[in-house]
Amino acid sequence: MKAPRFAYARPASIAQALALLAEHKDDARVLAGGQSLVPMLNFRVAAPKVLVDVNRIGALAGIKVAKDHVRIGALTRHVELERSEEIARHLPLLSQAMPYVAHPAIRNRGTFGGSCALADPAAELPACALALDATFVLAGKKGERRVAAKDFFKGLYATALKPGELLVAAEFPRAKAGYVSAFGELARRHGDYAMVGVAIHGSTKGGKFSQLRVAFFGVGDRPVRAAQFERALDGEAATPTAVEGALAKLDADLQPRADLQASAATKLHLAKVITGRALRQMEGVAS
Amino acid sequence: MNAAAETLEVSLTVNGEQVKRSVPARLNLADFLRNELGLTGTHVGCEHGVCGACTVRVDGEIVRGCLMFAAQADGSTVDTVEGLSDSREIEELQSAFVLTNALQCGFCTPGILMAAQALLRDEPNPSRERIREFLAGNYCRCTGYQAIVDAIEVVAKARASRGGR
Repeated sequence: MKAPRFAYARPASIAQALALLAEHKDDARVLAGGQSLVPMLNFRVAAPKVLVDVNRIGALAGIKVAKDHVRIGALTRHVELERSEEIARHLPLLSQAMPYVAHPAIRNRGTFGGSCALADPAAELPACALALDATFVLAGKKGERRVAAKDFFKGLYATALKPGELLVAAEFPRAKAGYVSAFGELARRHGDYAMVGVAIHGSTKGGKFSQLRVAFFGVGDRPVRAAQFERALDGEAATPTAVEGALAKLDADLQPRADLQASAATKLHLAKVITGRALRQMEGVAS
Repeated sequence: MNAAAETLEVSLTVNGEQVKRSVPARLNLADFLRNELGLTGTHVGCEHGVCGACTVRVDGEIVRGCLMFAAQADGSTVDTVEGLSDSREIEELQSAFVLTNALQCGFCTPGILMAAQALLRDEPNPSRERIREFLAGNYCRCTGYQAIVDAIEVVAKARASRGGR
């Protein structure tokens, strides 16, 4: 189908965008890359009266490397993350995840901030933000506020963004020496939404796992940390045997719900398969 | 453009020609190209970004024509399969598609040509696996893809043998 009628505005600055959001309140939605919102409009599951197109706000775009963190502007396209040498160096988990994010033509248009603000539970980037302990920067009429990834994702398509607020960026702590990442995902067709996926970050210094952060997507209403699994591996030798022994902990960490793709039991099984696979291939894990 | 409007003036370059139109905000780029400009090579299949039949180039990069509004292309350069065909940019690909029987009904072909050309432009000598991965965003319901991968591989090899051109 086609999108329903709406009015379109294209602000040139964050201040103008905030003014439009304040003016139109619940009638307005932010249009970033549009790779999820436009299908929702075409399906008529969303029918905002006003679209605020933020695509020409230069202040929202780009990747900036600071001393202790990397700031990713909300309007940074997936393709920029995919090709960025700075991201590969400082946030290798994101580089590993990008090939799984939809298809090339969609990555040319889709944005980092759009994916996080939509908070689709089967999307890759929210889980990466959780695994990497990112902080989201939200702009509102009263200025900026910061929300940690663990508090940002509130549920199915729900985030900490309040009406009238705009996601402007996320700040990721730079990966420290000895820290490594791994990523795994299963989808019916390469690039489609995940049946289940996992984003992993942590240390294998001295041949031992420590500070592991393991975030799943496609298994609940939001990205989920696997706390018991992380604890089971903490301080253990970074070996396939240790990984294999800890996988049963995921029974307690994950309560996947059946969806069109797979039953709950299948999802739990597949979560273990991809976690084992990802960790066995992670740098610093004995082969 | 800081006040919300349901009708917008757009000015863009399509296949090298300057175009000005007044468009409803809800008109997507693929429908704009087809219905306003008569460029019906860009096909509209699923209308939600899954099938890839509406693939066009905006400012040099391939996008889904159904997931972008014409109003958003204001000031941009858009290339469609007609433009790439007329400029002979995809001549070799077109010949290879015929040679290897890489199309049957042809509905997906314009989108696949756009995607294939984008791949070969950035990666002159992709493996078959890489071709399949890149084309995962384009559905074909006739061929089973084998012949499409063959066609793109034929062109890649021919270009590689000429030093990547």
